[in-house]
Amino acid sequence: MTKSLRYALLAAVAVTTAGIATTGGIGRANAQDLVFLSTQLRPIEEAQKVREMVLKGAPKTTYVVDEPSPFTVRMKAEVEANKHTVSVVGALHGELQPLVPMGALDAIDDVAAKVASRGIPAGLMELGKLGSGKQLYIPWMQATYVMVVKKDALPFLPAGADVNALTYEQLAAWGKAIQEKTGQRRIGFPAGPKGLMARFLQGNLYPSYTASMVTEFRSAEAEKMWGDFKAVWASVNPNSTNYDFMQEPLMAGEVWIAWDHVARVKDALTAAPGDYQVVAPPAGPKGRAYMPVVAGLGIAKGAPDRANAVALIEHLSKPETQVLVAKELGFFPVVNATLPADLPAGVKLLSEGVAKTQNAKDAMVALLPIGLGDKGGEFNKVYFDTFQRIVLRNEPIKATLDAQAGAMRDIMTATKAPCWAPDKASDGACPVK
Amino acid sequence: MTATRRLVFVSGTLALCAWVLVPIYLIALGAFGGRAGAFKWPKEIVPSNASLDALMLFVKIEGVWNAAVNSVIAAGLTMLFSIALGAPAGYALARFSFRGANAFRLLVLLTRAFPLAILALPLTVTFIRIGLYDTPLGVALVHTALALPFAALVTASLFTGIPRELEEAAWVFGCTRLQAFRRIVLPLALPGIAAAAIFAFVISWNEVFAASVLTVRERTLTAYLLTVLAESPLHYRFAGGFILIVPSVLFIFAVRKYLFAMWGVSSK
Amino acid sequence: MTQSRWLPYALLAPAMVFLGVLFFVPLVQTIVLSFQGDAGFGLGNYGKMVGDLNFGLSIRNTFLLVLTVIPLQVALALAMGLMLQKMTFGRDVVLWVWTIPLGVSDLAAGLVWLALLQNTGYVNSALFAMGLIPGPTAWLNSETPVTLFVAVVLAEVWRATAIVLVILVGGLQLIPKEFAEAAEIFGARPWTRFVKITLPLLKPSLQSALILRTVLAFEVFAVVYALGGRNFPVLVGEAYAWQRDNQNYGVAAAYAVLIMIISLAATVFWLRVLRVKPEVQG
Repeated sequence: MTKSLRYALLAAVAVTTAGIATTGGIGRANAQDLVFLSTQLRPIEEAQKVREMVLKGAPKTTYVVDEPSPFTVRMKAEVEANKHTVSVVGALHGELQPLVPMGALDAIDDVAAKVASRGIPAGLMELGKLGSGKQLYIPWMQATYVMVVKKDALPFLPAGADVNALTYEQLAAWGKAIQEKTGQRRIGFPAGPKGLMARFLQGNLYPSYTASMVTEFRSAEAEKMWGDFKAVWASVNPNSTNYDFMQEPLMAGEVWIAWDHVARVKDALTAAPGDYQVVAPPAGPKGRAYMPVVAGLGIAKGAPDRANAVALIEHLSKPETQVLVAKELGFFPVVNATLPADLPAGVKLLSEGVAKTQNAKDAMVALLPIGLGDKGGEFNKVYFDTFQRIVLRNEPIKATLDAQAGAMRDIMTATKAPCWAPDKASDGACPVK
Repeated sequence: MTATRRLVFVSGTLALCAWVLVPIYLIALGAFGGRAGAFKWPKEIVPSNASLDALMLFVKIEGVWNAAVNSVIAAGLTMLFSIALGAPAGYALARFSFRGANAFRLLVLLTRAFPLAILALPLTVTFIRIGLYDTPLGVALVHTALALPFAALVTASLFTGIPRELEEAAWVFGCTRLQAFRRIVLPLALPGIAAAAIFAFVISWNEVFAASVLTVRERTLTAYLLTVLAESPLHYRFAGGFILIVPSVLFIFAVRKYLFAMWGVSSK
Repeated sequence: MTQSRWLPYALLAPAMVFLGVLFFVPLVQTIVLSFQGDAGFGLGNYGKMVGDLNFGLSIRNTFLLVLTVIPLQVALALAMGLMLQKMTFGRDVVLWVWTIPLGVSDLAAGLVWLALLQNTGYVNSALFAMGLIPGPTAWLNSETPVTLFVAVVLAEVWRATAIVLVILVGGLQLIPKEFAEAAEIFGARPWTRFVKITLPLLKPSLQSALILRTVLAFEVFAVVYALGGRNFPVLVGEAYAWQRDNQNYGVAAAYAVLIMIISLAATVFWLRVLRVKPEVQG
């Protein structure tokens, strides 16, 4: 054997042995730590801030992040095998919902009582019951989707348009003007594999035109909407189908006008707060729809360390922790906490943008899908597929809507999910016209 | 060779070396370039403002060392299992003709024809039940299923390459089959086996899907980086890509002499 | 000798049991899963798979990739292998360099080429310096399918030619020098020597290289994903998306079964086309 080969082999064996020895056998390291599994605050820098700053003062916690789909698989697998590693879960309302039928969430009315004085709005607390009558999660933090405008774009704003009260037609005209003057398509959407394009279609575009997300999926209004949106897309940067987080193309200067989740544009704003304005997303004929996002904290049934899990949730719902999260991570408090005056300029822009979105006089709330269970992914796919077919592949609007409405109806029938806002309440499965 | 042909030959060789090395050099630049570097235009091909920030953040993130240790444990165990199980099978294929030998070869091929990521799914529940979920051992078992076929085929060709007569001579001199194997065959085959073992190590080190499905906390480094990288800005992706490449360059350096002993003969 | 009757089976048994438990059982589970849908046991998942808007596209893309990448890799690897044979010094170093990508994971390879080919990447900078493009240019989105395809091909050729090279060099080493020398004496030109002597004798190695590469090429995914996201659907990518994003394991399993059938068919194809006579097989 040559020397290098021998060394490599020896090194591999030695490190393996050392590794096994230091972790105390092939098994659990830090088995005593509380495991907090979250689908939120996943990107590396954010997760690191959670570990280093947000969790300071909480019981010793291992912060693990995962995407929504593996998150559900993992919780399901733990229930089925009745072996638990995860104590606390943090996820969006819609991601916690599928955990209810599989019995993965513990009732936490005791925790609700402990945080009762924190001033979480009753409506949000009610959401946390997930329709079960018992408290299953405690609201954790909230956010929404906004538009970020680079100031370079403002001179091209069409005459008569107010940047704080845009319509989709004006957005198209604006993009077109920029394209004509600068030769670049400067509007951007996060239509990449990890981007939240489907949320834009569900929470902003559809309700703004149809006052509906599901029922009017295929309608005359929807046809007009797709026509208008195709006009917008003509001035959208073609790289949009690669964008996951809009802060990157904003910082790179590729995009001047971008729609995204507040936490996904925060870095661009904090890096150069003077360059940007944050505004409400455009309005359609039916109003200016926006989608509030609520993340909640739950405790896994059979949690290995329930006492500390409770302590962790208490810690995370302290006003000072929530303010810290807003300052550092761009998610806003659910508890009664005033944001300090010394808020970083970027976060301040964001919080103003959120306020503009929520308080616009034509504002309309569109909720995240409720009751879809593990069909949430396929629900998103219906919207994204429709977008791909109509906008990217130029298929005829009406025929595409007819075909996709069938897929939508299948999902609704299979899940029996009743309508949620802005669709009118329904008995049984939400109908698709 | 004439001078011109020689020149063409040498420049061709160098061009192909550059084809392999330049992309690696450039991602290293990306890894050290920081966030501003990722957007810099036009790019320079010599490092400017090199910063260790992105790489340092990787090194500092909680769990990255634990993940690295897990990766080494999983890869080490994969190495041990696949040789321990694969080498006897390889020896059998090389030295005996028996019914079912071809069926076994086919089975081995079959394992490569199926996307492993999907197979990890049904295994999740089973693993949780028997306590293998979220352990490097569990990951190593799945990786062994990947590496074992290679180990079996590679060792089979190694043993085929060692003349049967040597072994038979040892039997004549009164050695048992085991003794003959240990004293004659093993020393000759050892370097090749070691190379195959390191290759198993590399397979496990690089595998990402099964590793991410089967773990929560005890992630392997590759799986850990996948979750981290998928949603990170470009300069982190470059840093992560660079971190993944460095060990493979070293591994290949260690086994470079035996690559052909392994693969070349195995194609027979 | 009675020992030699049971001994091979005893030696094979541990590996067989292992593969049975960790490969065959989950394989069967997956096949079963592919027939289980919302509406009970049936072909529902396959219907959903075929009806999906990316299905035809992903089949077309995957086959296009396989048909482009594999000939390129074999040609390149053959050229490299013949060069290595001629090399008089520095062979070890060159060999090491050329086989480095063997150890590079597909995820990392995709990231490497992303660094080169993104908007403000190195390739664009070079083109800009040569005056060929006016500024950062996008190559990897849905409006530039051709360059995106070329990018994926480049990355795949970069990453996976090494394995073909290693197998072919192994085969080249087995060809007795006397054959080539004899042909040279009879005045055969280099190209004739290559076609008439080297290639036929290389058939067993070519066969295993092609089988291995084709099967792996049908599984191409991480490279494509890193470079083009969803803009260039391929089969394994769709399986992954149905599993991760859409959380529909039935359809994902149907894709997995389809990929397995295609891979098996490709294997049988190469076994037949490059039939190796038993005496050559050794």
